[in-house]
Amino acid sequence: MAKRESTFINMLLVLTLVALIAAGTLGFVYVLTEDAIAEAKIKAQNEAIQSVVPGFDEIRETIVVNPDEGPEDLEIFPAYAGGELVGVAVKSYSMNGFSGHIGVMVGLDLKGNITGYQVLGHKETPGLGSKMGIWFNNADKPGQYVIGRNPGTAKLEVSKDGGEVDAITASTITSRAFLEALNRAHAGFAEKILPELNKSVTTP
Amino acid sequence: MDQVKNFTKGFIRENPVFVLLLGMCPTLGVTSSAINGLGMGLATTFVLVMANIVVSLVKSQIPDKVRIPAFIVIIATFVTVVELVMQAYVPALFESLGLFIPLIVVNCIVLGRAEAFASKNNLVSSLIDGLGMGLGFSFALTLLGGIREILGSGKIFNITIFPEDYVMLLFVLAPGAFIVLGYLIAIINKMKKA
Repeated sequence: MAKRESTFINMLLVLTLVALIAAGTLGFVYVLTEDAIAEAKIKAQNEAIQSVVPGFDEIRETIVVNPDEGPEDLEIFPAYAGGELVGVAVKSYSMNGFSGHIGVMVGLDLKGNITGYQVLGHKETPGLGSKMGIWFNNADKPGQYVIGRNPGTAKLEVSKDGGEVDAITASTITSRAFLEALNRAHAGFAEKILPELNKSVTTP
Repeated sequence: MDQVKNFTKGFIRENPVFVLLLGMCPTLGVTSSAINGLGMGLATTFVLVMANIVVSLVKSQIPDKVRIPAFIVIIATFVTVVELVMQAYVPALFESLGLFIPLIVVNCIVLGRAEAFASKNNLVSSLIDGLGMGLGFSFALTLLGGIREILGSGKIFNITIFPEDYVMLLFVLAPGAFIVLGYLIAIINKMKKA
């Protein structure tokens, strides 16, 4: 086949055609994968909730809260067992990681104690900051274990800043950001869930 | 053309990473573990093969002066397809490769093979070239990622080899990528000469 000449009209036609076909293909693939992507996201979220809140059988309607006017809203997932509230999972975040955004799903019981956490997404350094998923979940090292602590009563900051938690070795910035996300989750819980609980206690 | 030679050249003789030194950005960026290297390599392989096929099919229809923009649009389309499919079916891998997937578009290997090979050869040769180059790239990335993972975190494919107390953290960080790559290039060059 002879090569097509580089005349203006040829170039115009070919590029337009290439772009049109590309756009059509992408539109088709997008429609094809749209549902699966949404499903994968919901599945990841549900797994995260299950791993941070023990023993529930139902997640009720999501509550949105923004305790400190931050760039993102927190989502609170109330977990019920047999019709009673047993705890919440809070989708929290920090913008102050070593490489920016860190997303954490935090589980809290009705007193505000941390029942579990799972890191949803981060861009921290592999081998250093990326250890936060296991570091603060290590029951053998009480200094760095955050499960069971209450950000409302304990000072959940790294020991270097006068807090009670041992930071990840060589990753103080990541540790600070991670704890900020935990504290933010508790702040959201204190604003939306605690008042409701206290009300139901005082008015039987 | 000898198709076997055409296929195997990507592994050692014209390995995109160790010999041609193309696509250094994803090479150094994603290879902090073997599985990341392999995932990135296979995603690139898919794009390479598809882009080579399409380019070799339409090569006579594309006027010379606009061939580069046309190739880029074709490559970018396949990259976006990979991105959407990975997001839908392997979200965990997508999460860890994240930023680097869109960067396949500007990976010199893909455009380089489209321009230097597929636009001059027929469909079958181009397909085999893309496959060989892609697998050579995957091999290089997996090797690099594997060595860095073993030295830097004491694991390979997440299986612990030795305890974390003895690791050299440097190797998972950026300088480690350059050091390991430098040594591998030296070894491959020595092997080629021998």
